[in-house]
Amino acid sequence: MSIESFRSRRTFLKQAISVVPSVTLLASASELVMSKGAQAASNGRSATPYQPTFFTPAEWAFLNAATDRLIPPNADGPGAVEAGVPEFIDRQMESGYGHGEFWYMSGPFVTDVDMTLGYQLNYTPRDLYRAAIADIDKVCTDTHGHPFHELDGSTQDEVLTSLQKGTLALPHVVKSGEFFIQLLANTKEGYFADPMYGGNKHMGSWKMIGFTGARADFTDWMNKQGQVYPLGPVSVLGEKG
Amino acid sequence: MATTLKPVDVVVIGLGWTGSILAMELALAGQKVVALERGAYRDTTDFDYPQAADELRYGIRGDLFQRLSTDTVSIRHDMDSVAVPYRQLNAFLLPNNVGGAGVHWNGEHWRPSPEDLNFLSHNVERYGKKFLPEDMTIQDYPVSYDELEPYLDEFERLCGTAGTAGNINGTLHDGGNPYEGRRTRDYPTPALPHTEGALRFAKAAKELGYSPFPQPSANCSVPWTNQYGVRLGPCNLCGFCERYGCYLYSKGSPQTTILPALMQKPNFEMRTHSNVTKINLSADGKRATGVTYVDASGKEFIQPAELVILSSFQINNVRMMLVSGIGKPYDPKTGEGVIGKNFAYQMMSEFGVFYDKDVAINPFIGAGSGGQAIIDDFNADHFDHGPYGFVGGAYILGGTTGGRPLQQLNVPPGVPAWGAEWKKAAKDHYLHTTRVQTHGSVMAYRGAYIDLDPTYRNALGVPLARITFDWHDNEYKMTKFVTEKARQIVEKMNPKAYSLTMRKPGDHFNTRQYQTTHITGGVITGADPRTSAVNRYGQSWDVPNLFVFGASAFPQNLGYNPTGLIGGLTYMGAHAIRDQYLKAPGPLVQA
Repeated sequence: MSIESFRSRRTFLKQAISVVPSVTLLASASELVMSKGAQAASNGRSATPYQPTFFTPAEWAFLNAATDRLIPPNADGPGAVEAGVPEFIDRQMESGYGHGEFWYMSGPFVTDVDMTLGYQLNYTPRDLYRAAIADIDKVCTDTHGHPFHELDGSTQDEVLTSLQKGTLALPHVVKSGEFFIQLLANTKEGYFADPMYGGNKHMGSWKMIGFTGARADFTDWMNKQGQVYPLGPVSVLGEKG
Repeated sequence: MATTLKPVDVVVIGLGWTGSILAMELALAGQKVVALERGAYRDTTDFDYPQAADELRYGIRGDLFQRLSTDTVSIRHDMDSVAVPYRQLNAFLLPNNVGGAGVHWNGEHWRPSPEDLNFLSHNVERYGKKFLPEDMTIQDYPVSYDELEPYLDEFERLCGTAGTAGNINGTLHDGGNPYEGRRTRDYPTPALPHTEGALRFAKAAKELGYSPFPQPSANCSVPWTNQYGVRLGPCNLCGFCERYGCYLYSKGSPQTTILPALMQKPNFEMRTHSNVTKINLSADGKRATGVTYVDASGKEFIQPAELVILSSFQINNVRMMLVSGIGKPYDPKTGEGVIGKNFAYQMMSEFGVFYDKDVAINPFIGAGSGGQAIIDDFNADHFDHGPYGFVGGAYILGGTTGGRPLQQLNVPPGVPAWGAEWKKAAKDHYLHTTRVQTHGSVMAYRGAYIDLDPTYRNALGVPLARITFDWHDNEYKMTKFVTEKARQIVEKMNPKAYSLTMRKPGDHFNTRQYQTTHITGGVITGADPRTSAVNRYGQSWDVPNLFVFGASAFPQNLGYNPTGLIGGLTYMGAHAIRDQYLKAPGPLVQA
């Protein structure tokens, strides 16, 4: 046996009670795990509002405005900003994901291929936000006289819709639809991912739809099909809702 | 300058399902075995609760998968186009690390139908040669179902697979699959109970005259001790299965069925972060002398070995053969050559089935494959294809595997993807939605193949495998036919609304939409060295001390999930090596 870290199942079962989960995390994934600061913020105990690390003030204004149109606040449940989606995205930009470690980013980049062949832009997630937000604010200012975050809600929705359709011509980003795909995906991630990543404050989205989070044990419900499951969500770090 | 290491009996390339089986069987036979795994070591403690239940890390970012920044494939739709890299994981997932895709599969543990194995001759006999399109290049496996049965059984025993038998020694049993091939005995463990979505599907299917049955599942339902003395525990329907490691020791994987025993063998050694770049050949090219690999620090090593087992993921098996110059590369223009030939995939369709608020589906209660109901009436050749003009088929599945909101939240048709209307629909429908899916075959075609990309390379400078693939009429017809049958069941389920995702004529293969990870072919098995790369035991026709295992052996893709067939072919090969090859090394089948 060549790997010292290997433990037999029997040994593992004996030790399981004292095992600290964090020591078993892969190094490559550790950057995904929250910092202590994120923990405080996600618990809602932070006295000061979240200060973005990656996004500039102008970009931050766009991000807050845009995500709150994608998932608006209303009586159904929290909006994106209330759920901490911008904070989630800012933190993701500092992770391996934000830096493009999950994507093949070697050239040449051939962008005039069918959309079905997938993302082909020479932008990591960080780079795409940086380039696209500047482009969108310029187009909004040229067309409407104001950057995106200063437009009224229905005009913002029109801009987002044209981004979604890929019909909004941008000065630098050749396929504006690609930015919309990323923005919407990241927004829903921040809304529905475990709160330890900075979004989904107080598991608000899980409570809204009825998802049980990391509960992940339904032995007692296996033969009660069709009956409403009675327990609320729990988070990976043990928050209960 | 590469360092040459001390020779060993066997070198295993890739420690996933097939590599773990071969390493174990050959270690049991007393061979000195070294396994080279390009990824990291993982045991079940890596999937501890609660961190295993993290949708962002595993389901979305894909922590268990290959980082595409280090290696990927390129894809194009036809031979005349330039291929572009698969830059983000979407359509299919590429595995990495010890355990490979065996860690993050769903456990759908199917056997092939008997006619899946003699698929060409069966269809020609029943429908005539003219029934098949001119460019369809399907072939027979060089092994019959009855010959393979003991090994399919052995792999089920390994996993403690749960199910309800439909055919034991030719006697049909109620509650099982009436179309399944003859089994010599029942499943190791009983089927898990149906989820609410599966119950509703099964009831509707029954009312339409079908015989629904529980999906065969390597999600163990009761404690099980397998042939290596490794124990699995019962599944609790946690809802975190596909894309996740199993924190309960319930899902069959190398970690839960083989590695605890294998790692204790003194004649077995595992080296992780050891990326094999080439299989080395003797001067005459007729014998493998070992492999060249690169470790985490970039140092290059040569590991000599008497026997080489190529057991990496399908696409990597094909690339290794091409890069090493073993076997004749396939030429789609002439149809000659074998390496890279007959790439295939699968074709799915899916219904979201939306009920009113009085129906509690509880979608988060689910297993990867347990708790799902199936009808198999329109798969393989279980029905007369004569009037319909296509071959192959799909099984139809009902039930939920989980309710993870980023991947599994459905909204009714017509609802926008964002905004207040989307949010209200998500809130109103999440708890009351189930799904019905068709899971279908894809045939082999002259123009669907794998070769080396002329432009793009991985982090080690090795060319990417290039996939040339698009849909064909046979598959559009197949999916339309089976999806319409599924639609009748969905309507019988009496939902408030349903949505449908289906590929139609003119739709290209879309690398952005997940379907299955079941990419197949490229080092296919057969009876003739002119039309296949390996014999029935996985042995290379050209280099007899090289055996290749995995879905790369499939001559075309069947409607079932592939792992059960892969496990059966692998055990058959492993026994042939132990019982025949080691006693008299050389070709096990005369060409």
